[in-house]
Amino acid sequence: MQSNAALEYDYSVAKLFTYTTILFGFLGMLLGTLIAAQMAFPELNYMLGEYGTFSRLRPVHTNTVIFGFTLSGVFATFYYVGQRVLKVSMAESKFLMFVGKLHFWLYFVGALVATVSLLLGYSQSKEYAQYEWPIDIVIVLIWVAWGTSLFGLIGIRREKSLYISMWYYIATFLGIAMLYLFNNMSVPTYFATEGLGNFMHSVSMYSGTNDALVQWWYGHNAVAFGFTVPIVAMIYYFLPKESGQAIYSYKLSLLSFWGLMFVYLWAGSHHLLYSTVPDWMQTMGSVFSIILILPSWGSAINMLLTMKGEWNQLTENPLIKFMVLASTFYMLSTLEGPIQAIKSVNAIAHFTDWIPGHVHDGVLGWVVFMIMAALFHMAPRMFKREIYSKSLMEKQFWLQTTAVVLYFTSMWIAGITQGMMWRAVDEYGNLMYSFIDTVAVLHPYYAIRALSGVLYLTGFLMFAYNMIKTMTVSRELTQEPQFKSPMA
Amino acid sequence: MDIRELQGYANFFMTIFLVIMLYGYIIHLYRSEKKGESDYEKFGNIALDDEIDSKPIVPNPKTMNENEEQNK
Ligand code: HEM
Repeated sequence: MQSNAALEYDYSVAKLFTYTTILFGFLGMLLGTLIAAQMAFPELNYMLGEYGTFSRLRPVHTNTVIFGFTLSGVFATFYYVGQRVLKVSMAESKFLMFVGKLHFWLYFVGALVATVSLLLGYSQSKEYAQYEWPIDIVIVLIWVAWGTSLFGLIGIRREKSLYISMWYYIATFLGIAMLYLFNNMSVPTYFATEGLGNFMHSVSMYSGTNDALVQWWYGHNAVAFGFTVPIVAMIYYFLPKESGQAIYSYKLSLLSFWGLMFVYLWAGSHHLLYSTVPDWMQTMGSVFSIILILPSWGSAINMLLTMKGEWNQLTENPLIKFMVLASTFYMLSTLEGPIQAIKSVNAIAHFTDWIPGHVHDGVLGWVVFMIMAALFHMAPRMFKREIYSKSLMEKQFWLQTTAVVLYFTSMWIAGITQGMMWRAVDEYGNLMYSFIDTVAVLHPYYAIRALSGVLYLTGFLMFAYNMIKTMTVSRELTQEPQFKSPMA
Repeated sequence: MDIRELQGYANFFMTIFLVIMLYGYIIHLYRSEKKGESDYEKFGNIALDDEIDSKPIVPNPKTMNENEEQNK
């Protein structure tokens, strides 16, 4: 460690991940909009042969937004927040700087290869775990690199106590490591059969019900440790910092943290209600899902109370607006999820459009809003320029909020309509509708969702434009802003 | 009792155990602050005062020496 007077935080890795957040966000949402349009207008499936069909593109959408956009955002904010709350600069350790850059380049090249593999049709056919085994190995290496950065920075920190956000980043690291390893245990068939079959192909080490259980233990907690825990890490840092208000209750943040860790891992079996998994496990999934409201709302209410007496900032600073909306949507989706996990509700909701509706009020309202707000906050500090346009940000906010509302309301109606029609019987007990009847009824709602995709994507492009302008031409700052981000 | 039933009971008792731990932790947090043994709320300032040369809330003894030099 050196102790020269001009020691500064080094944001070079955070900047690299900021670029990929914007890039993968755009690509992932473009694909989301395309597949939404394909559901409404099936002819759009036949534009690019096998590579353009819904079934090929859907996993590319989910993996690009999860492992491309969201994880990039998590890494970008980690390389920013980590240094600041630990009060140590990446520039102080050549080793950590090297690992950080290695982390980025492995990630970037890995993401490209992984996406191509999905487009070519290589898939393990497990949701959010589609990547075949060679890609899984690369992902493990990327994760090890991140872990080295994370614990390396912690190792040389000046601030001994770890700020609550660090707890959440550590949990993200450990949680995903455990889940990913166990769910992706598989036997490559090529090696097991001494050269038969495709090199890329593999077979899961679990079978039947066990496979399903491990998969949804993973699938649900990928949401927990990918879409919840690291995003909570962000809001615990960025909302207090941007508003100049310390968190309302630090103790509540600790409680919510351990509550979340304790409860989340048991809730995954709510994806398998009415299936062949043991009954007590299904009940446990439902019960733990309901209890999950407590730690989730604990964090969200803590954020809203942080703004106590400062609500004027909501009208003055669009960044605060983004974050308050994000925590409100977090509350909405963490109430909606438990409702869907109640067995009798699930009997209607399962396999319907209500599920993607639920997913997207969470991801579009909470995850994407929070990540965009975090990058907006970081930009003036990283690039030493003010945010390019406040009015563009305001317009983006309203456009995207409208888009989220259109998305989830249309899917609520579509999902419940679907669920009711599937179970409707006439006086003799015969099913009243065939599948195609539901498809015909749902067409307008699919069209609304496609429209909401166009609006949301437009909003994301406004964000990207604002960020790029901020990086390149905006007015330069002579001094780092302390709290409120300067904007033109 | 077959294995599935055993798993069910094991899960039930582990849950009870963890609930007790969690509540114990909550009580510990509030009690130690009430007795004045620790102040958790001060950690909230780590996010607000996060300049590289600002004073840590709890300085890390391992890196403190360099840090003190810095603050001179
Ligand atoms: C322009 C914005 C977006 C649009 C229009 C969109 C559209 C879609 C569509 C049409 C599906 C398939 C639903 C089905 O199979 O019935 C889907 C699935 C999914 N999307 Fe998006 N999406 C968008 C953004 C995002 C973002 C930003 C994320 C995460 C950060 C995300 C995460 C997911 C997930 C996890 C699924 C799988 C849901 C499930 O299996 O139930 N999407 N999306």
